[in-house]
Amino acid sequence: MFGFLGPNGAGKTTTMRMIQCVSPITGGTLEVLNMDVSSQQREIKSLMGVVPQENNLDEDFTVYENLLVYSRYFDIPKDEAEKRVEELLDFVHLLEKKDVMTESLSGGMKRRLVLARALINRPSVLILDEPTVGLDPQARHLIWDKLRSLKKQGVTIVLTSHYLDEVEKLCDRLVVMDNGKILVEGSPTGVIEEFIGSDIIEAENNPELLECLRQKEAKYEVIGDIVHIYADNAREISEYLVMECSLSKISARPATLEDVFLKLTGRSLRE
Amino acid sequence: MNPVDYFRIPSVSSRSFKVWQRNKDVFMKDIKLNFLPPFLEPILYLVALGFGLGKFVESIDGVPYARFIAPALIAVSVMYASFFECSYSSYVRMYYQKTFDAIIATPLTIEDVIAGELLWGATRSVINATVMIPVIALFGLIDLKYSLLIIPFAFFGGLLFAAIGMCFTAITPNIMSINYPVLLFITPMFLFSGTFFPLSALPVPIQYFATAFLPLTHIVNVIRILSYGMLSSSLIFDVAWVLFVGMALLVLSINLMKRRLIV
Ligand SMILES: Nc1ncnc2c1ncn2[C@@H]1O[C@H](COP(=O)(O)OP(=O)(O)OP(=O)(O)O)[C@@H](O)[C@H]1O
Ligand SMILES: [Mg+2]
Repeated sequence: MFGFLGPNGAGKTTTMRMIQCVSPITGGTLEVLNMDVSSQQREIKSLMGVVPQENNLDEDFTVYENLLVYSRYFDIPKDEAEKRVEELLDFVHLLEKKDVMTESLSGGMKRRLVLARALINRPSVLILDEPTVGLDPQARHLIWDKLRSLKKQGVTIVLTSHYLDEVEKLCDRLVVMDNGKILVEGSPTGVIEEFIGSDIIEAENNPELLECLRQKEAKYEVIGDIVHIYADNAREISEYLVMECSLSKISARPATLEDVFLKLTGRSLRE
Repeated sequence: MNPVDYFRIPSVSSRSFKVWQRNKDVFMKDIKLNFLPPFLEPILYLVALGFGLGKFVESIDGVPYARFIAPALIAVSVMYASFFECSYSSYVRMYYQKTFDAIIATPLTIEDVIAGELLWGATRSVINATVMIPVIALFGLIDLKYSLLIIPFAFFGGLLFAAIGMCFTAITPNIMSINYPVLLFITPMFLFSGTFFPLSALPVPIQYFATAFLPLTHIVNVIRILSYGMLSSSLIFDVAWVLFVGMALLVLSINLMKRRLIV
């Protein structure tokens, strides 16, 4: 499972659309399952499932019909399709909404239906552009479980998400990108260790502390009223800091992908 | 894009039929409502214009007025059905419902999707013609001898107007702007294509203009001659015009849509 991270407008969706053979590539080559995206679109797309960032369910149809009509685009025989539709609706807990028009579904239900739709052709590559936006915690866990089991079955999953805990939990490898460029690539833990260390100590910002940290050549970052001190062994270092730098209020926590993300892409809001 | 590229033959596969099927399924959901206009409109027009206004009009070229306008009603319906299907309706599916986006994530290409839309637009024309012929026959205003030929012809006429509608869909900045081609092109055509009075009543330059540039003129000619129960050599010119211009615009509309949608 592979994750793409990056601030708004970084080019994640654009990358997904190139993998989907929908947007043309302007340079380089891109292969999916050893097939070229510009010449073997049909073959690639028949083996791929897509959850786009924006829901695009067919509003002219009910929940059930949405999946059935979609199965036709993949040439799935009708009786086989009917079986799969039942299974998938059951899986995303939408069986009782079967005959409801899609526009009257709640946001989270729509998202679940889009995921079910992406699985109708039993894809070997699954492209998920922010799949869990707007889902309640139950639904997110449900989807994570399903993604893990798909991964076990050998499905390649490519994911973008702004929920960094999700990426940290699910992805084997990830890239952080910005302005269409890859900033880092690696496993979640690898990336965290490389850029932050395993722990973060948060302390109140004051001039003496900064002076002290500078003398000890510690890795730190000032964020408004708070100082983040990056460390590999939080307990030792915080004890040390309490003694040496006369720190009062501090707290230590494990570093997360979010820290890496903010460090790499800056803290200012993107337009 | 190079101007020549707009007429490059697109690669369309038989999968476009699935898009046709999708639209047919939606149509079937409201079948009663969808069948009402082609059933009711000819009755209203024939009563108001054919029999009402017709009282004041002497026969045209030896044909009673109601009989003169009956085939034009079919032709107008062929035009409206596919033009509106592939302009407003296709635009809604493309822009508001994102239906095309969803479909091109499957083995269908954008060319397949547009081809399916165009085929469906033409099918709407065929449906309307097929419903209207027996209604008009009930009034005794159509000769049944060649009337069934109108149905396949409605398909090609439908394709032509579907392509015209799709070209506007491809270039319109928003849905409101489709009102311009309706006002400046479709409505004048409704009035000045030999529909409710013969073209010969107009000044000669306008007659030439109508023959060269108003597709409805040719559709009206063909359907009128067939509904009189005649065949004439002038049919060849009109049918050829419809086929040739239709094919060119089909290709153009698919390429324009590709330009709009591939980003
Ligand atoms: N490599 C690139 N070079 C230049 N512009 C790019 C590149 N990739 C994407 N863009 C442009 O950046 C804009 C936003 O891209 P995109 O929608 O992919 O962002 P995103 O990462 O998905 O953002 P969000 O998190 O908001 O969904 C688009 O207008 C796109 O054309
Ligand atoms: Mg995006």
